[in-house]
Amino acid sequence: MTPRPVLGLRARLLFAFALLCVVTAAAVAGAIYVEARNAILQRAQDAAVQAMRTRMEALFPLETATPGPAELDDIVRIVTDGNGPVVAVYHEAHSVTRPPPGGRRPPGGGPILTPEVIPSGLRRVVAGGDMAWQRVVWQGQPILIIGSPLLIAEPDRTTRVSGIEIYTARNLLPEQHSIDRLAAFAWLTGGAALAFAVVLALLATRGVLRPVRELGRAARLLGKGEMRTRIEVRGSDELADVARTFNTTAAELERHVRQLREMEADARRFVADVSHELRTPLAALAAVADILDEEATRLPEPAGRAARLVSQETLNLTGLVNDLIEISRFDSGVAALALNEIDVAELVRATLRTRGWTEPVHTELPPGVTARLDPRRVDVILANLVGNALRHGEPPVSVRLSADPHWIALEVRDHGPGLDEAVLPHVFDRFYKASASRARSEGSGLGLAIARENARLHRGDLTVTNAPDGGAVFTLRLPRRAPDPDGGPE
Amino acid sequence: MVGGVSRVLLIEDDPAVREGLELALTRHGHRVRAVESGEQGLDRLRADLPDVVVLDLMLPGMDGFEVCRRIRATGDVPIIMLTARGDDMDVVAGLEAGADDYVIKPVQPRVLDARIRAVLRRIGRDQAELERHGELTIDRAGLVVANHGVPVSLAPTELRLLLELSATPGRVHSRQQLLESVWDHGYFGDSRLVDACVQRLRAKIEDDSTAPVYVQTVRGFGYRFGPV
Repeated sequence: MTPRPVLGLRARLLFAFALLCVVTAAAVAGAIYVEARNAILQRAQDAAVQAMRTRMEALFPLETATPGPAELDDIVRIVTDGNGPVVAVYHEAHSVTRPPPGGRRPPGGGPILTPEVIPSGLRRVVAGGDMAWQRVVWQGQPILIIGSPLLIAEPDRTTRVSGIEIYTARNLLPEQHSIDRLAAFAWLTGGAALAFAVVLALLATRGVLRPVRELGRAARLLGKGEMRTRIEVRGSDELADVARTFNTTAAELERHVRQLREMEADARRFVADVSHELRTPLAALAAVADILDEEATRLPEPAGRAARLVSQETLNLTGLVNDLIEISRFDSGVAALALNEIDVAELVRATLRTRGWTEPVHTELPPGVTARLDPRRVDVILANLVGNALRHGEPPVSVRLSADPHWIALEVRDHGPGLDEAVLPHVFDRFYKASASRARSEGSGLGLAIARENARLHRGDLTVTNAPDGGAVFTLRLPRRAPDPDGGPE
Repeated sequence: MVGGVSRVLLIEDDPAVREGLELALTRHGHRVRAVESGEQGLDRLRADLPDVVVLDLMLPGMDGFEVCRRIRATGDVPIIMLTARGDDMDVVAGLEAGADDYVIKPVQPRVLDARIRAVLRRIGRDQAELERHGELTIDRAGLVVANHGVPVSLAPTELRLLLELSATPGRVHSRQQLLESVWDHGYFGDSRLVDACVQRLRAKIEDDSTAPVYVQTVRGFGYRFGPV
């Protein structure tokens, strides 16, 4: 697997552009620079060498083949043209250095040439009988030293080295300045080109990255459920293709989600309708079930048992239909809170008292905890939790109240074996049964689902865990100031 | 009421429910007259003078709310609505139309019986002096309330609520307390009963029911009487 690139797409594109520009600019400017530099130097060199040759022709004929310093000085005087110092060397002897005639110093206050300045390589070549030149930096200044041997022409038209060497130095400062200017100009142009390239690169990356960013934003929106998210398709490049594909996919997705939602809404509406239709016959049944129940003892068997059965099942059916209607009210969003400032401990006690649970349930209810709640809905939640704990858990069953400035928490726990870990995530599902064999008479199967809906209507929550030392713990958390949709009772 | 037997007028359009409730209420010791429409109900009301009306809100023809308003316009007979579960708007509208209490269908007969007995509960008469609160006079012995000297006609629940609140002027009563003391509903009664009854009471005794003097709201807690 390749490691994820550290740099973003934008940085990488920028970097590539800049690199490309630098390489190109450096190559072009470098080549031109070298070429121009060579041309400038060559011309200066050629001119200097030519001038020297011309002047040296004035030397002939030599007065002596073995000159001393005085003769060398004479040679120098003849060769000097005032453009640079000259030195004549003959073996160990050399012309005495002095300012050229007229007291003129070499241009730029140039130093006086001595044989020590002349590179030994150059001297060897010149001593070998060839004219040669070399650029050296001497006392911080670039100079061209041209060396030329004096040759003796024999009668048989051959030549031999006379041993006299003449060196002249020419200051290259003006040429250096020209080259420096050239280099500076090259740098400047290169820099400007780089800046221009960066700007171009930024524009280009924006052109590429904007659609990419838009795509990312649209994908995020889609993920959040904004099914109507689409991207504007610009042009006909690859990015436009991607945008078109995205739009098609989003449209398909929207259609599927809408279908699913419609199906779900249909299913829920059906349940609600069925429940409402069941209500009227049930109302008649419920009205007379008590009579059957009370008369059952006086009826002969098996009519008596049948009567009791009808009565009991009418009651269960009523509970189921009521729960179905209740849950479909949550689904359709018509369930509303009737908020009141409530003493929570009093509410819990009322729930337990109403159902005769004061005895079997241990309570830990700190006084003075008030909250703005719908007491009837909280009663439904608590009755369900405590009822379950009493039916399925082991005693002691306890209800514990705790509070902080913004929330109250009611903890209902039993000391039974707790809930199976596989069951925990599903206990609030509708009609979820922990085991297929569980008896139907234990409730509609909607109790915990309704309890959680009631908690959420308060903008609170209902959760379940197993206590470390055994037993299921249901925790109801409610805000002390539940949001009031319509201002609530005055 | 004659000898502890109350006369109940049951207005319910569904024949099965009507018959079932008639059977059950008769068994609980009430004398029941069951009719199937609001028009018939209003006729029987004038003829029978029942002690209590049990009224289904969903009626063909004249609906339950209209029946409720017409009954209220003619007298103070207590009205208990039969509403379908989940029809919250109906409950509120019915209470505003003047109903004293409501039960949700399918209802257990013993619950309906308890509600009937609660609204018919005799109001204890005190041998107290005539109370004066501003322009309002309350006669706890004769159970007569007058505003600016004019007797005010109050439904039994409204009267009980006023007597309960005015017995301790300045004290705040929570809705839960009022539900227990006035409606016999226990702690988890519907607090909208209290709110609706307060509104009706204010409309009858306050000069300006939007700026009440006698029955005042203590926001978040409940109601108190005065101080005038």
